Amino acid sequence: MDWLNTFIQGSLLGGIYALFAIGLSLSFGIMRLVNIAHGDLIVLSAYVAMVVGQGTGLDPISCLIIVVPVMFALGYALQRGLLNQTLTGGLLPPLLVTFGISIIIQNGLLQGFGAYTQRLQQGAIETASLQFGGISVGVYPLLVFGVALLALGSLQLLFYRTGLGRAFRAVSDDADTAELMGVDNRKLYAVALGIAMIFTAIAGVLFAIRTNFDPAAGPIRLILAFEAVIIGGLGSMWGTLIGGMILGIAQSVGAALSPTWQILAGHIAFLIILIVRPSGLFPRTRD
Amino acid sequence: METDRVERGTWASRIFAVAAVVMLAALVALPWWGDAGEMRLIAEMAYYLALAQLWNLLAGYAGLVSVGQQAYVGLGGYAFFYLTRVLNIDVYIALLLAGPFAGLVSIPVSFAVFRLRGAYFAIGTWVVSEVFALSAGLIAVLGAGSGLSLTPAIMREIAPDRAGRDTILYLMTLAVAVVVFGIVYLLLRSRHGLALTAIRDSEPASASLGVNTFRTKFIIYIVTAACTGLVGGLIFLQKLRISPEAGFSINDWTVVVIFMVVIGGIGTIEGPFIGMLVFIVLRELLADYGAYYLILMGAIAIVVMLKAPSGIWGWVSHRFNIELFPVGRRLSLAPSEDLAKR
Amino acid sequence: MTLLQTQNLSAFYGDFQALFDINVTVDEGETVAVIGANGAGKTTFLRAVAGALGTAPDMVMFEGRPIGHHTAHDIVRLGIAMAPEGRRLFPSLSVEENLLLGGYSKRPGPWNIKRVYELFPRLRELRHLPATDLSGGQQQMTTVGRALMSNPRLLLCDELSLGLAPVVIRDIYGCLEKITAEGTTVVLVEQDINRALDASARFYCFQEGRLALTAPTKGFDRAAIGAAYFGM
Repeated sequence: MDWLNTFIQGSLLGGIYALFAIGLSLSFGIMRLVNIAHGDLIVLSAYVAMVVGQGTGLDPISCLIIVVPVMFALGYALQRGLLNQTLTGGLLPPLLVTFGISIIIQNGLLQGFGAYTQRLQQGAIETASLQFGGISVGVYPLLVFGVALLALGSLQLLFYRTGLGRAFRAVSDDADTAELMGVDNRKLYAVALGIAMIFTAIAGVLFAIRTNFDPAAGPIRLILAFEAVIIGGLGSMWGTLIGGMILGIAQSVGAALSPTWQILAGHIAFLIILIVRPSGLFPRTRD
Repeated sequence: METDRVERGTWASRIFAVAAVVMLAALVALPWWGDAGEMRLIAEMAYYLALAQLWNLLAGYAGLVSVGQQAYVGLGGYAFFYLTRVLNIDVYIALLLAGPFAGLVSIPVSFAVFRLRGAYFAIGTWVVSEVFALSAGLIAVLGAGSGLSLTPAIMREIAPDRAGRDTILYLMTLAVAVVVFGIVYLLLRSRHGLALTAIRDSEPASASLGVNTFRTKFIIYIVTAACTGLVGGLIFLQKLRISPEAGFSINDWTVVVIFMVVIGGIGTIEGPFIGMLVFIVLRELLADYGAYYLILMGAIAIVVMLKAPSGIWGWVSHRFNIELFPVGRRLSLAPSEDLAKR
Repeated sequence: MTLLQTQNLSAFYGDFQALFDINVTVDEGETVAVIGANGAGKTTFLRAVAGALGTAPDMVMFEGRPIGHHTAHDIVRLGIAMAPEGRRLFPSLSVEENLLLGGYSKRPGPWNIKRVYELFPRLRELRHLPATDLSGGQQQMTTVGRALMSNPRLLLCDELSLGLAPVVIRDIYGCLEKITAEGTTVVLVEQDINRALDASARFYCFQEGRLALTAPTKGFDRAAIGAAYFGM
């Protein structure tokens, strides 16, 4: 097995996994809400891009101009209209309501588009590659990894250099006191989910260019996002990138042994880390 | 002089107990007054009820919201198939071993997943189930991706003819459902059940009173896994074949079960019955509309969670103050002339 | 002119009634003290005024308008700010970020971050530290500064002296004088009776959720207060 190649491919996979994970991390970090429908929202974004592409003739990445605002609005409405009401009931309501939303999205997509596998076509960039010494690295995976870095960087700026980010951090610390300081929590949560959906939309389009998808493709995306977050450690954005890279590398090693082992290898690595170091590699949140 | 008593039953529950026995007798007699289609439907309702009671015990009482119980349905199914098909063990013994096998596997699983809390625990159990499903698809002796089928010889071990088999499988399913329900009910009536209710209401408070919350949850998890495995073995015995996709299907064994419990009333014994009936009715009514009944159930579950979190039964029970399967205890004070003298 | 008036204010935590028919009036520019033993309902009273507890609309009147039904964040916009019990600073934010968050509602007025640093010079030196790294007294100053950043007409101070050394308490109350000198109306909840009475013109004494006594502080017999405080 070509170890270097496996390592590089696996690390680059970390980019898409980190992008999957951002939306999940944001809503957990700010609202303590684990969105079981997260994976399905990624897939929904891909379908929205597909529809927009068919309607406008644009390529998938250009469709983001429309898909991102649409998904932002959906996230805002979802939080404001539905999820805000689940936040005070304890553990079950948010979990079961987002579970219900997940089932509705999956079956709605099934009714609307059928069970056929789809793929978004971006063109030549999908197969282009660059040569570094003797190693061939795909342009597209590099691009996705670059987008992940940009995404995390922009979130860092948002959280630490803006008034909105300050409010997010305050609400995450102590929602009650934030309200006493004049912060409208309900609106802030809605904005938070909207922002989470921006990254979810980007992740959805980028993954759908490289991977086949169908209405049932959501749950595995949720699991991959979740594994990246847990491996990296709750509460650490950059840790999630490392977590995604470790997951990607484990999967690449598995795939190199036998292609059918890819996903399973990732799960096993996750379970091992969960047993050995349950708080992840770079944990930060007070829970 | 009369003393204070701790009472269990209410008038409603006593009437209901009589009605339940009558209904059960009628169901046991079904093979003789009903047809094969009706038996299959009742059997399906029975095993869904069992799965729902078990999930309710785990999530509604022990607070362990698992989205991965399908792991044990599949494990039980595969254990049964492996024992009969590959090791040629007698079909009844194989079935009886399916449950304990699932229970045993759940022990190391709990070491991993108990490290997670809340919704992360839920997703963790899901990952474990995916690991089992993927692994089953890779193991040659389990049939890999295509799975395993029962042979006619194995089917003849149960009964030589079709009608006999249908009757025996039906009665076995009914029996397992009653046994599982009995286990859940007795557990909740016992001291452990009281501990569970306390944990559910307040884990720190009950821990401070000496309730060993970890051990209680651990035992519940194992017992639930074993019973789920038994039901899984039975389900796939009736389906005659098992595959990784069917055995570990989250849609078939978990989504539907969760909806049943939530709509019927999570944390109540009566809830799963009602939820199961709602599910069956909806499914039959909307049979021609494809996946719409699932969309509708999802929407109903959301509305129930937001507006009536205790489900249909929770609402009824609260409104009319009824408990059909009493698990609580009431203190019945002996009559006394002057309460102040006590 | 009357700035704040509560009319038969009752408040509940679920089924438990914490306040019974409280009638309190605060005029503009006054400093009013609310004293009472633990559990008397003083913090509950402040939280009800601040909007953290839902009450009937005209149980709380501010500037002559009912505000009992408003949310806490709307009430900040109307001009009421709180320095909560136990400080409640945001651990993930620095001192300066905590202060800036206090200005989230962007109410116009004399207070801004520069003026808060003038009032509490020590905070300027510490401004980039995580707020919870500071000493108790410095944290208390940050809490008050954070409340001032919303330019309130009415400042609610809950247990300013809690857990602080006497010399620190003296400093903080000294700063409070400068705040009230600007015309800010203050309601002061305190367990340290003498401090509270020295700083205020009138006081209300709560006992088990009810109003036990109210009077001007000047010349009032402290022994009588003791009786009301303990409900004798």
